[in-house]
Amino acid sequence: MGKTFAEKVLGQKAGKNVVPGEIVEVKPDIAMSHDNTAAISKTFKEIGVAKIDDPNRHVIVLDHCVPAANEKFAQNHKDIRAFVAEQGIPNFFDIDRGICHQVLPEEGFALPGYLMVGSDSHSTTYGAFGALATGIGRSEMAVIFATGKIWLRVPETMKIIVKGRLPKWISSKDVMLKIMGDLSADGGLYKSVWFTGPAIAEMSVSSRMVLTNMAVEFGAKNGYMEPDDQTLAFLKGRARAPFTVVTSDPDAELESVHEFDVSDLEPLVACPHSVDNVKPVSAVKGTRIDQVFFGSCTNARIEDFEIVAGVMKGKRVHPSCRMVVIPASRQVFLEALAKGYIQILGEAGATIVNSGCGPCMGNHEGILAPGERVLSTSNRNFKGRFGCKDSEIYLCSPLTAAASALTGEISDFREHL
Amino acid sequence: MAKIVGRVWKYGDDVNTDVIFPGKYTYTVTDPAEMARIAMEDLDADFAKNVQPDDIVVAGKNFGCGSSREQAAFCLKYAGVGAVVARSFSRLYFRNCINAGLPALTLPESADIFVAGERIEIDLSAGTIQCQAGLFHFPPLPEAVIGIFNDGGLIPHTRKALGIDS
Ligand code: SF4
Repeated sequence: MGKTFAEKVLGQKAGKNVVPGEIVEVKPDIAMSHDNTAAISKTFKEIGVAKIDDPNRHVIVLDHCVPAANEKFAQNHKDIRAFVAEQGIPNFFDIDRGICHQVLPEEGFALPGYLMVGSDSHSTTYGAFGALATGIGRSEMAVIFATGKIWLRVPETMKIIVKGRLPKWISSKDVMLKIMGDLSADGGLYKSVWFTGPAIAEMSVSSRMVLTNMAVEFGAKNGYMEPDDQTLAFLKGRARAPFTVVTSDPDAELESVHEFDVSDLEPLVACPHSVDNVKPVSAVKGTRIDQVFFGSCTNARIEDFEIVAGVMKGKRVHPSCRMVVIPASRQVFLEALAKGYIQILGEAGATIVNSGCGPCMGNHEGILAPGERVLSTSNRNFKGRFGCKDSEIYLCSPLTAAASALTGEISDFREHL
Repeated sequence: MAKIVGRVWKYGDDVNTDVIFPGKYTYTVTDPAEMARIAMEDLDADFAKNVQPDDIVVAGKNFGCGSSREQAAFCLKYAGVGAVVARSFSRLYFRNCINAGLPALTLPESADIFVAGERIEIDLSAGTIQCQAGLFHFPPLPEAVIGIFNDGGLIPHTRKALGIDS
């Protein structure tokens, strides 16, 4: 019997043959933390170890509230900079760099066959590069700082085959909303989810990242794709270290296989307050919106800017609606600037802010008031996520977001293109 | 391991971390007493005001889905909650409960069998829950994590393992 990707990666790390359900103690290759590093460093100090186990293992990115919105956030950042200096951590990215899940791949830390953990649930994103990547808690990260080690359960594998050819303008976001709407918010609970099939093969690396980013939204431990030529081209000249591609054996035991044919997929929207409350845009079109948020680690990469700018060129954001734009990273921002997309969005009346998480988890730069409604390209629409429990969050693709910003209501872009 | 006797706070499926501990507080609220005061803020405004030591949170499937924020486990612990019983847990929430030393018990019948406000008894060593509807059995925690739990959470466990605390 062959082995799955997850069994191989965890088995290599554990130095033995492992089976699903087994709990292993392993040392991850990369451990990511962000603004929560200040709290983690305090817990690390409580453990009573003076020096961290391996400074090179850690990557720290300030992104959740950058630049600091108030004194508390400023102190938080200050504490992190002091910790980084004290411990000699080389891989530190300050407030000018972007969202962690975009920065790690751009900087060549997300590599095939790697075991990666992050004290952030969307650390699953790195699976788009063939890594086994998952989120962990703050205390667990503090222990990795102290010992380098963490316990992980070897997951069962769920294979999702995405067949067919995506209709023009339908994006990987629509594909992921379809998968979650069908399988529900706990459909992938504890699973290692393997995304494969012809529609995935045709997607860009950025589009694939949308699927792995949101894998946690239906409970998955990790989501991954097997690296192909596109992945390797992305990593060329970027990878920080040599790596070995790890893939599932053809006869490995899978817990389940699900097939989706996306040939006739419609634009989809996840309605409040859960990510599996998915409806076709035709069912909710005309719903008034107060704000569009084009940002987050899910959908604010250059290909998304190209689409949004293409729709908004020479047009204006509807006067009854605001539009907040946050490029996923400074690299994305600079490229969008060079290509004229920022100019187009600025002229259209969008509010463009520094790369980071912004309002995505309710910190700053576009918090909602009670009774307001946002249409967002982000990944999570839980009550209160945009900082106000009496507001509503709808999730969609960048194209649906752009078309709706122009009309001030949820719109089917196919009627406007 | 001891018995936990407390009143039931009953919730539904897919209770997420943002309603247990809102994201906007994750960098600004760190004091345990204050964390306890905002526990469940966006789900149940009465919870923090009325919760008593050893009360038990029961829920349906996928409890604690969403964020990795462990404050969503710690705030319940600080509020005095004795255990959380759910049909299933999100993996991060389950980990965070173990790491916080808060019993997270998986019971397929949850939460249908419980009546809000009823007093129930959980026997951690026997793996049983006694409630009005009868006696129910939950699967034991995985052996590899019981050590963490018994030491009172991940940090005391790590100190012990490193020989800092004996
Ligand atoms: S953009 Fe949103 S989902 Fe992504 S890391 Fe930041 S807060 Fe989390």
